[in-house]
Amino acid sequence: MAATDGADGAVIGTGGLAALVRLLRERGRTVVGPTVRDGAVVLAELESADELPYGWGVELEAGRYRLRRRADGAAFAHSAGPQSWKTFLYPQRVRRWSADRGPDGALAVAAEPEPAVSYAFLGVRPCDLRAIAVQDRVLTGGRYADPDYRGRRAGAFLVAVECTEPGATCFCASMGSGPGAGPGYDLALTEVVDADGHRFLARPGTDEGAEILAALPRLPADGGATAQAARTAVAGAADRMGRSMPPVDLRALLRGTLEADRWDDVAARCLTCGNCTMVCPTCFCTAPEDVTDLTGDHAERWRVWDSCFDLEFSHLAGGPVRSSGRSRYRQWLTHKLGTWHDQFGSSGCVGCGRCIVWCPVGIDITEEVHALHAEARGGCGAGGCGCGAAEDGAAEVGAGGVGAGGPGAAPGTGP
Amino acid sequence: MTAPAAAVRGSAAVPLPYRVVRRDEETADTVTLALEPAGEGLEPFRPGQFAMVYAFGRGEVPVSVSGVERGGSGGRRGERLLHTVRAVGAVSAGLHGLRPGDGVGVRGPYGTGWEPAAAEGGDVLVVAGGLGLAPLRPLVRELLARPERYGRRSVLLGARTPADLLYREQVRAWSAAEGLLVGAAVDRPGPGWDGDVGTVVALLGRARFHPPDTAAFVCGPEVMMRATARELVHRGVPAHRIRVSLERTMHCGTGHCGHCQLGPVLLCRDGPVLGWDRAGPLLGVREL
Repeated sequence: MAATDGADGAVIGTGGLAALVRLLRERGRTVVGPTVRDGAVVLAELESADELPYGWGVELEAGRYRLRRRADGAAFAHSAGPQSWKTFLYPQRVRRWSADRGPDGALAVAAEPEPAVSYAFLGVRPCDLRAIAVQDRVLTGGRYADPDYRGRRAGAFLVAVECTEPGATCFCASMGSGPGAGPGYDLALTEVVDADGHRFLARPGTDEGAEILAALPRLPADGGATAQAARTAVAGAADRMGRSMPPVDLRALLRGTLEADRWDDVAARCLTCGNCTMVCPTCFCTAPEDVTDLTGDHAERWRVWDSCFDLEFSHLAGGPVRSSGRSRYRQWLTHKLGTWHDQFGSSGCVGCGRCIVWCPVGIDITEEVHALHAEARGGCGAGGCGCGAAEDGAAEVGAGGVGAGGPGAAPGTGP
Repeated sequence: MTAPAAAVRGSAAVPLPYRVVRRDEETADTVTLALEPAGEGLEPFRPGQFAMVYAFGRGEVPVSVSGVERGGSGGRRGERLLHTVRAVGAVSAGLHGLRPGDGVGVRGPYGTGWEPAAAEGGDVLVVAGGLGLAPLRPLVRELLARPERYGRRSVLLGARTPADLLYREQVRAWSAAEGLLVGAAVDRPGPGWDGDVGTVVALLGRARFHPPDTAAFVCGPEVMMRATARELVHRGVPAHRIRVSLERTMHCGTGHCGHCQLGPVLLCRDGPVLGWDRAGPLLGVREL
């Protein structure tokens, strides 16, 4: 049955996918993957491949997420949901250490052991594969490694699934992080559903991935037809991205925007709720929480997700450094696309589109960047520069912030 | 426990237990705590670096090291860290209230230092406002210990009132040291104050230095550092030779919590001490 193994990879069916989940679980791994729950495709522990969202797709728009039925029964024809893998690799709330105070006042501090969990992530989209690599650099790539993240990440087996069905809010192609899978996976799958059946092209990225793949049941050789169909589907996905960033050096663009008028425009719409930072697969900011028990002699240090949109985030003795909404949105965006490069050697954005979907007022990061780009070029509200700002900006929120109108002409977001 | 000790060792994630061995009241709301390691101590701190100091059950705050001294047990293991703390928030008030014998946790050393080696051979200015003298004190001690390495040396101090001047006895001793100019100015003089009244910037006119070869080390409130650096640049001191120590919220010290960002800079990692060539343009942006 090794007939389908070739330079293009192997072909497995839905039975092979079921066997993959079984095998990973038999090896003691906690398998996490997409499943339908509470009206969304969420990431949760899977007991079998039957729980995958076969036949479910999603409809995405700024501030809007809806499930919809698909006739083709595809398992991975949905793009990013409300969670990302940081839910598991960098949980929202983690204990870091405990301290006990003895009768003589002396402290004893005990580090939380590194987690011994052994995850297998099934269905890591290419954008999220990049996001994991970005968080790797932030949390373990510097002088100090975060021990909790390192423990969760070190043993994780990543099954990437290439993207063949981008959402209307996706822009991974313009961030260079999809729709094909980049490096970092143990096993990569590409789903193909057509007249010849429902199957997956599978390629190993590591020795362990090859070993697992070798143990899965294969479909008969098809002369490379599945591999060809997979390539066509992924290439087609790149052409069907719903959004894009301006094709310029975003780091340089953002560096020059600190005094832009557009920040006032977006600040007039932004609720500073922080949803974008919660759903972002790379946002890593945290705050400490110190608690004591009733004896008063046992204390614990916890770490919880924090958001640069929170007023407390930049609190100093004299008050917050960033008190205006303008400065907080600017911090988020200039960090994500610009200063992230200075701090960690890459962009912080992978083009997954979650921040667009889960923004309660539908602020669109790509639209904001197009508008900033237009403003930097002297206000090309009339279009013609090729950046798309006139089209994108004008259609949704009016040309006020894009053109020369500036904040004084800031439009509302609707009735 | 699978955590490798070498990877943690106080510097990354977990504080090491220390004990308060002395508490000196500096001003009405500021104390200097001498901390001795209960067991193993931290790696040595360079002047200007900071520690995360843990008040049991309350939390941690970044505090610069205002001095080190040899502990009772001798050797580096027993090296005492001096931290000067003003009671302004819940954690710093907790630290302020500690008494000899009480336990604290300390992590570090973190961040960049003053790096006085770059100043050797030229004139040196130390300019401190209020509590800003704390991280500069180890540097002043270096200037006193090795006068032959530096040109003309000046220490200029500013405070709100005479009662807010830190380390008054030591400053008197510095004034007596040969070749070290010490000046102090206060905003609001009290009875018995015969020194200068005004900002520390005005004292620059008294210091003698050759601007192109001068290194300046500045710490204090941001507005004071900005005024000082601008005046020094105006007088011809190269911006990169003016080093300032900046303050932003810091929770981790290890570059992971994201709070201490100042544009491209993570202050806990790339700072707190920065050259004015880098810090000036960043501080010039409102609410950055």
